[in-house]
Amino acid sequence: MDKAKSVMDQKGSGPCCTNGMHKPLRRQLSNGSCSPFSPTDDDHHHDPQTNGSPAKRCRLRRRMESVRKNRPPFPWFGMDIGGTLVKLVYFEPKDITAEEEQEEVENLKSIRWYLTSNTAYGKTGVRDVHLELRNLTICGRTGNLHFIRFPTAAMHKFIQMGRDKHFSSLHTTLCATGGGAYKFENDFRTMADLELLKLDELDCLIQGLLYIDSVGFNDHPECYFFENPSDTQNCIKKPCCLDNLFPMLLVNIGSGVSILAVYAKDDYKRVTGTSLGGGTFLGLCCLLTGCETFEEALEMASKGDSTNVDKLVKDIYGGDYQRFGLQGSAVASSFGHMMSKEKRESISKEDLARATLVTITNNIGSIARMCAVNEKIERVVFVGNFLRINTVSTKLLAYAMDFWSKGQLRALFLEHEGYFGAVGAFLELLKSSDDA
Amino acid sequence: MALSGGVDRGSHSMDKSITLPPDEIFRNLENAKRFAIDIGGSLTKLAYYSTVQHKVAKVRSFDHSAKETDGDPLYEISVQEEITARLHFIKFENAYIETCLDFIKDHLVNTETKVIKATGGGAHKFKDLIEKKLKLKVDKEDEMTCLIKGCNFVLKNIPHEAFVYAKHADSEFRFQHTHPDIFPYLLINIGSGVSIVKVEAEDKFERIGGSSIGGGTFWGLGALLTKTKRFDELLQLASKGQHTNVDMLVKDIYGGAYGSLGLTGDLIASSFGKSATTDKEFSKEDMAKSLLHMISNDIGQLACLYAKLHNLTRVYFGGFFIRGHPVTMHTITYSINFFTKGEVQALFLRHEGYLGAIGAFLKGAEEDNPNQYSWGENYAGSSGLMSVSPELNPVQRARSGTFDMLEMDRLERQLVNLPLLQDPTSYIPDTVDLTEDVLAREYWLYCFEEALDGVVKRAIASQKDQPKAVERAEKFRQKYRHKLQTLRHQPFAYGSLTVRSLLDTREHCLNEFNFPDPYSKIKQKENDMALKYYLKVVKSVEELSWEQRQFTLVKGLLAGNVFDWGAKAVSDVLESDPEFGFEQAKQQLQDNSGIDIILGVFPFIRELLIRGTEVVLASNSGPALNDVTNSELQILTERIAAMDPVIHTALKEDRLALVQNGSSSPCLDLSRLDKVLATVVRERGTDLVIIEGMGRAIHTNYYAMLSCESLKLAVIKNSWLAERLGGKIFSVVFKYEVPSKAQG
Repeated sequence: MDKAKSVMDQKGSGPCCTNGMHKPLRRQLSNGSCSPFSPTDDDHHHDPQTNGSPAKRCRLRRRMESVRKNRPPFPWFGMDIGGTLVKLVYFEPKDITAEEEQEEVENLKSIRWYLTSNTAYGKTGVRDVHLELRNLTICGRTGNLHFIRFPTAAMHKFIQMGRDKHFSSLHTTLCATGGGAYKFENDFRTMADLELLKLDELDCLIQGLLYIDSVGFNDHPECYFFENPSDTQNCIKKPCCLDNLFPMLLVNIGSGVSILAVYAKDDYKRVTGTSLGGGTFLGLCCLLTGCETFEEALEMASKGDSTNVDKLVKDIYGGDYQRFGLQGSAVASSFGHMMSKEKRESISKEDLARATLVTITNNIGSIARMCAVNEKIERVVFVGNFLRINTVSTKLLAYAMDFWSKGQLRALFLEHEGYFGAVGAFLELLKSSDDA
Repeated sequence: MALSGGVDRGSHSMDKSITLPPDEIFRNLENAKRFAIDIGGSLTKLAYYSTVQHKVAKVRSFDHSAKETDGDPLYEISVQEEITARLHFIKFENAYIETCLDFIKDHLVNTETKVIKATGGGAHKFKDLIEKKLKLKVDKEDEMTCLIKGCNFVLKNIPHEAFVYAKHADSEFRFQHTHPDIFPYLLINIGSGVSIVKVEAEDKFERIGGSSIGGGTFWGLGALLTKTKRFDELLQLASKGQHTNVDMLVKDIYGGAYGSLGLTGDLIASSFGKSATTDKEFSKEDMAKSLLHMISNDIGQLACLYAKLHNLTRVYFGGFFIRGHPVTMHTITYSINFFTKGEVQALFLRHEGYLGAIGAFLKGAEEDNPNQYSWGENYAGSSGLMSVSPELNPVQRARSGTFDMLEMDRLERQLVNLPLLQDPTSYIPDTVDLTEDVLAREYWLYCFEEALDGVVKRAIASQKDQPKAVERAEKFRQKYRHKLQTLRHQPFAYGSLTVRSLLDTREHCLNEFNFPDPYSKIKQKENDMALKYYLKVVKSVEELSWEQRQFTLVKGLLAGNVFDWGAKAVSDVLESDPEFGFEQAKQQLQDNSGIDIILGVFPFIRELLIRGTEVVLASNSGPALNDVTNSELQILTERIAAMDPVIHTALKEDRLALVQNGSSSPCLDLSRLDKVLATVVRERGTDLVIIEGMGRAIHTNYYAMLSCESLKLAVIKNSWLAERLGGKIFSVVFKYEVPSKAQG
């Protein structure tokens, strides 16, 4: 506990400017007393050094003052700036007292109002209302957690809006993770006079995931899996609780894919990654079908049939390839039929979209499975915005894990798919002020 | 003689005339049997077994008991016809199938053949055509089984089969010396899909995994994206593109590297990640390049995951996606290096395109049991590897459109490692790899070209009374000169280019035109003459003190070595002055038959025998230059034994054994020796190996590490080489080595 920093906090400069914020999250967590997982813990903290010299008593007095307000000033944001999408979580306090409301600066009020009264922002920003976490108590405050996303391409517009709304006057800490935290750091500074607290994306991903899993999804489990994954007729989504989380293989499918082996909340490694991810799906779909959005691409894919595009084992062998135990229905060559001019000319956009989706998904499943076997981990958790509104992929992944591992591996999914990085960054905001 | 068959198959029609006379392609069809065919997406590979009748020089001892006059030669030389087995593999474009089948039908004499083994995706499509044309029953074989069988075969029989590809190195192809012990390995076959097969023994393999993202994905998706139909054209597009215009790199997301994870900014974070927009047009080249990277990286990653899981380090890549395409070999190599951090090397195969055909053939020839023999690539009849890289010279491009051949000769003996190699896996026979050493390559190619006239002259002289000797010698000259020219442009054509391979290629070409042993008569003459001096030399040596004697024996060993027709400097002297003499050579000091063996080697081993050492005298199985062959040596030894009781007794007591080494080369590959020799070496507990002569001790084995004492000696009869080794022409190498205890 560095008292000097809490002094700075009171002066309003915020903890974000202090040094030492880049140390890995896992270490901070193990030191931290006020864990966001138990927001009331902070009162238990007692510093044995507080009796003694006048200087120390003075510090105690300031400390007592800060304990009362041992939380960062509003607004509370967490941001994850990825290659394709920016994910934003925003905490809307619902327990604002009349006195507080009166004191609340106009700026802050307008931000709160703008974010919570709309579900779409500009042309491309969207609030995922269905994901909103209600009545969450964090650091002594109760409110709702909102989940908002917009394309990374609109980042400069977002920064301009921050400037126009004089965001910097609120003296809040902008906790940001993802590659964009680095790429746009300078733009935030020069365009909007905002300093980012940059955080490692994998640290944030894991902490965010563990937190959301621990608080649950409005009294429902955050996690789900598919029952009977190998049986398309009876394959049903089932909620579940992650009782024994560790070890888990965490497969984060954003524009690209990162695969992590997580052994404990502060012990993980990045096993590998692949460049064939959500960005590849959308990129190829745009080129092949002329579609413009992920939603459009998925919509087309849901109507298509990939077997018109892919060459199956049975297309080559007339049936199963028994010598190697390959089913006739297995894909032998993705896009293999497209080697033929005739077939290229007769193919539909929907079929192409479906084949692209299936190709990318199967490949991720295949690499994930190999990693799980190599790392000797049975639980494979898939997250990332590629899986948003994408039941084709989630079911395919569930099937692939089950089938190729002969039931040894289980694919698990989380409702807040792509938001864990942003949640992790948000938690860091609360922790950073607590640490201070 | 050019065949012309305007076969129009499918969408494109081209001129399908065969540019080479077909009898130079489908050779030895008269005796052909056991056909196999592998029909892929664009290329057909045909395999058959045949016998070749060719001349061999035989030596036969005269009956000397009756009378013995000074003028009679020691033994007689006769040229006999011998029949040996040869495997023919021919690769051509599918468009030629019909024309080729017609040609085969017209020339096929052997009516016992009833079945043709077939494999490959196209086997089904062409089944009826083959059955109709050839009147042979098509018998389909499993593709993967054929592939593995073929792979095992080439790895076992062609020492420089596998190579590492390095785009920016001095030589693109770095050949690996493969050893008889080839298992276990991983074969990644990239056809339209990818199969990953773990091979543990000749008949033990398992498909441990695969991927649907393969060559078909590149082709199919590439055709959709770029409207380019042909696979080769897609690769050409890719080689010109910039993937960074299409792919989202780490730096596009981070603005730089992702330092804490060690991911550099140039890494691809998301393939095609930049193309998710409708505002921008992307060039065909850039998309093709991005696609190539995506697929290569993906396959490389999976290959590494499987290699790691199964703890395998030898990973071979094959399939049409690879098939000699520098572009794909480069991207796969890059991917493997990235994912394994250099722990696993991507290996490619020179005869990758033939694996299926070889395997199908082997399946059909099981009753002949080809796997119990050793086979050797015939450099005269094989086209060699060529690069189909679009940016390489146009001569190669033109060739790729025609026919490619591989011929393998059945060797009379099974070849194995010398048991005394300290580390068989790291043994490399050749001292200088001319594929990598440009200066040396230029020198030796020049040298062999310069010496060609002399060889032709010698070949004609050896068969003065034989029909068409001049004409055949001229054909030999053309063939060998062509090989040398090919090697100048494609040093990698037959694996690592070495002095040994240049010499061997010359022997193969000579054999091809029925000059089995151009030096037989010279050897005969030398042997006769040397034999007359034998007792005199032995006697003069015996009179010396022990120390003087050792010195003289070694000098004698080296002096004899001077008479080596392989070295141009020496052959120039010999050609101009037939009255050469041993004393003269010795003074000049500056393995062969005649002087070398009789007056050099025999006095030397005689001394060893007297001191109680057992001697195994190993010599070539077949002729090479003026090196003594085992059959000549048998006769010579008999004659010497008749004069010299020391040799006589040693032979009788089996303290002197004559064993052939399995080689017909002036050089020596200690990893491919006659199995009998290896057994003798092991059984007798050999503890000293003496390797004599420039070919065997300098061009090869100079750096060979043996697990026992060894002595390598030779006279450097080439001024360029002498200079390289830091000496003058006719300097002596006398290298005695004791293995280090640690490895003992």
